[in-house]
Amino acid sequence: MSFLQKHGIIERNLGLLFILSLLTVLVGGLIEIVPLFYLKNVIEKVEGMRPYTPLELAGRNIYIREGCYVCHSQMIRPFRDEVERYGNYSLAAESMYDRPFQWGSKRTGPDLARVGGRYSDAWHVDHLINPQKVVPESIMPSYAFLASTKLDTKNIEGHLKTNQLLGVPYSEEMIENALADMLAQANPEADGVEDMQVRYPKAASRYFDGNKSELTEMDALVAYMQMLGTLVDFSVYKAEENLR
Amino acid sequence: MKNGIEAALVGLAAFGALMGAAFARDSLFQAHAWILFFILAGSTIILLRRVKFAPAGGLQQDTKAEDTSGYMDDVIRYGIIATIFWGVTGFLVGVVIAAQLAWPVFNIEPWLNFGRLRPLHTSAVIFAFGGNALIATSFYVVQRTSRARLFGGNLAWFVFWGYQLFIVMAATGYLLGITQSKEYAEPEWYVDIWLTIVWVAYLVVFAGTLVRRKEPHIYVANWFYLAFIITVAMLHIVNNAAVPVSFLGVKSYSLFAGVQDALTQWWYGHNAVGFFLTAGFLGMMYYFVPKQVNRPVYSYRLSIIHFWALIFLYIWAGPHHLYYTALPEWTQTLGMVFSIMLWMPSWGGMINGLMTLSGAWDKLRTDPIVRMMVIAIAFYGMSTFEGPVMSIKSVNALSHYTDWTIGHVHSGALGWNGMITFGAIYFLVPRLWGRTQLYSLRLVNWHVWLATLGIVVYASTMWVAGITQGLMWREYDDQGFLVNSFVETVSAIHPQYVMRTIGGLLYLSGAFLMVYNVYKTIKGDIRKEAPMGAPAAAISPGE
Repeated sequence: MSFLQKHGIIERNLGLLFILSLLTVLVGGLIEIVPLFYLKNVIEKVEGMRPYTPLELAGRNIYIREGCYVCHSQMIRPFRDEVERYGNYSLAAESMYDRPFQWGSKRTGPDLARVGGRYSDAWHVDHLINPQKVVPESIMPSYAFLASTKLDTKNIEGHLKTNQLLGVPYSEEMIENALADMLAQANPEADGVEDMQVRYPKAASRYFDGNKSELTEMDALVAYMQMLGTLVDFSVYKAEENLR
Repeated sequence: MKNGIEAALVGLAAFGALMGAAFARDSLFQAHAWILFFILAGSTIILLRRVKFAPAGGLQQDTKAEDTSGYMDDVIRYGIIATIFWGVTGFLVGVVIAAQLAWPVFNIEPWLNFGRLRPLHTSAVIFAFGGNALIATSFYVVQRTSRARLFGGNLAWFVFWGYQLFIVMAATGYLLGITQSKEYAEPEWYVDIWLTIVWVAYLVVFAGTLVRRKEPHIYVANWFYLAFIITVAMLHIVNNAAVPVSFLGVKSYSLFAGVQDALTQWWYGHNAVGFFLTAGFLGMMYYFVPKQVNRPVYSYRLSIIHFWALIFLYIWAGPHHLYYTALPEWTQTLGMVFSIMLWMPSWGGMINGLMTLSGAWDKLRTDPIVRMMVIAIAFYGMSTFEGPVMSIKSVNALSHYTDWTIGHVHSGALGWNGMITFGAIYFLVPRLWGRTQLYSLRLVNWHVWLATLGIVVYASTMWVAGITQGLMWREYDDQGFLVNSFVETVSAIHPQYVMRTIGGLLYLSGAFLMVYNVYKTIKGDIRKEAPMGAPAAAISPGE
């Protein structure tokens, strides 16, 4: 094995060891990750995907802040039991505006990819305030403080703008009306509800936390959870055309 | 004027943090900036008290002028103390969150809920305990094997303190709720930038010392340390690429979305295991095991082959975290093939470590430090076999999302990383503090067995919990209906969650013995005790 004896050349030359190590560790990532950015069939063609409304985006940021992803996945695998338990298996298209993704890696609690519309707003509020009151065997921590914490609405248009910069299709009109849309979604009696729903189809406007007087973090989180997995129209989705 | 410039720079940074608090765009950034301000202001005061005003170019009044001819070991002594401190902290938080999963009343909202404490636990053990162990041991090893003093003078101190600042900012951020939700890469953009600066300095110190070496060859341990430093830099920079909403706010949005973001994250995540927790720690193995058993490394050729194979193959294994997800099938298959191939170089390392004991196996009986290192290598072999098994897609279909994964991670982290680090600490402490021997070898032996028992309890209960839950999720009755609601599968594994907490407590108690042993050793005490290993039973010829 004479080539092994030549290894001494590398061992005596730090620059060579450095460069060869770097090249060796570059290969795998280049071959696996880079094609995902240009292959056209990575993201399925679907109807119904839209960017998050400002309120949903704020709710999503609370979901991230509290580390919900640590115990809840958002990725239904194409197995009979998962599809029956949680709904249609997840598509890549459904998280194409997710920065970062929230697929998760552990199900200490159930998958939430299609939790939207499964329970009432009141159920979510009760459950977040005291999970064991609703599900006695649950080991989820309580998130009662969300109901009493005012939602930070400062600079919500900045959040939309950053996403737009990264390629999420927020229009100028959406950015201009970000705060108004946020307030309208949490107040069904507001004037701007219809305009908001034109910009964000299927977005529901309700008092999500049941409290009419204040916009809380609970409003945002429940609004986010109630839209999870509801956007793609599976009645017109053709799975066989998206085989990869 | 010693320390003068440093004090001024840290003071300026403290002022910057104060301005950050004043002009923060959100309350979390404000809180975090205040924390930073108090840390930096305190550091400035400490530095100012240590400023020495020696007349420039004047008489050498300072009789205790610093000796810069030998090895630079002060920073390593600090590093060992930091390793032990963060280790105990990380294990303690681990026990707390294990208890939270068994009894949810231990959650204290909002700051001490499981969702915020779990990243604190993972970062504390991987980056604070593991990272400090790697930095300290690499500084020790690179000096000895190169016969050269650390390069860059005080730059090594910057690496040490800069890294501690990174840990504290990351940890306090998690408790406040500052996270980008990428597992093992949770700190937000400004903490990431700071870590990048510290890491580049680390590379400069390490590589600079290698440049200065008086040995013609770079020793094998240093190949692993170097590959670890280079690769972690690459992974960290790519996976944390994000655009902040405001330069005075915590929130940023990832450069990648959805499926691309998922693979970038697990390319990072798996190689945090592959390079932070494997390559770097193999560097430790390649120095401390031969030293402790006083034998050369088993095979030079094997070390060459397994080094290049390991660093080449590991990078591909990321997709095994994303089987059956919306990631394209070809990527998953590629990930599976490479994950299974990875078994070979992993065991190449294990064999090279274990076989180094050839001719010295009797030391297992008399030297509990060798015992600790051998158990570490055995757990390395065990978990690098379990890993490829779990990355077979049909096995993963059952194991994924369950506690089996958690058990697997812990047999690697507690068994391999923890034990090899403890072994290195027991090797280093008497040498670094100039003591003839450890305070007590029998306490080391207690540590070995408490830790081993803890890991076995932990891993086996998590196997049971994971497989139970995985099977319950997919259980059907005769009529084709799912048998179990989700919450039934949660209450079914409550006993395992309780036992796992006990396993963690055993491991933690072993670490406390180490703290005591190290403390007494540094003090210079030696415990009066019977030497380890009873004399071998006399073999006499039969009648």
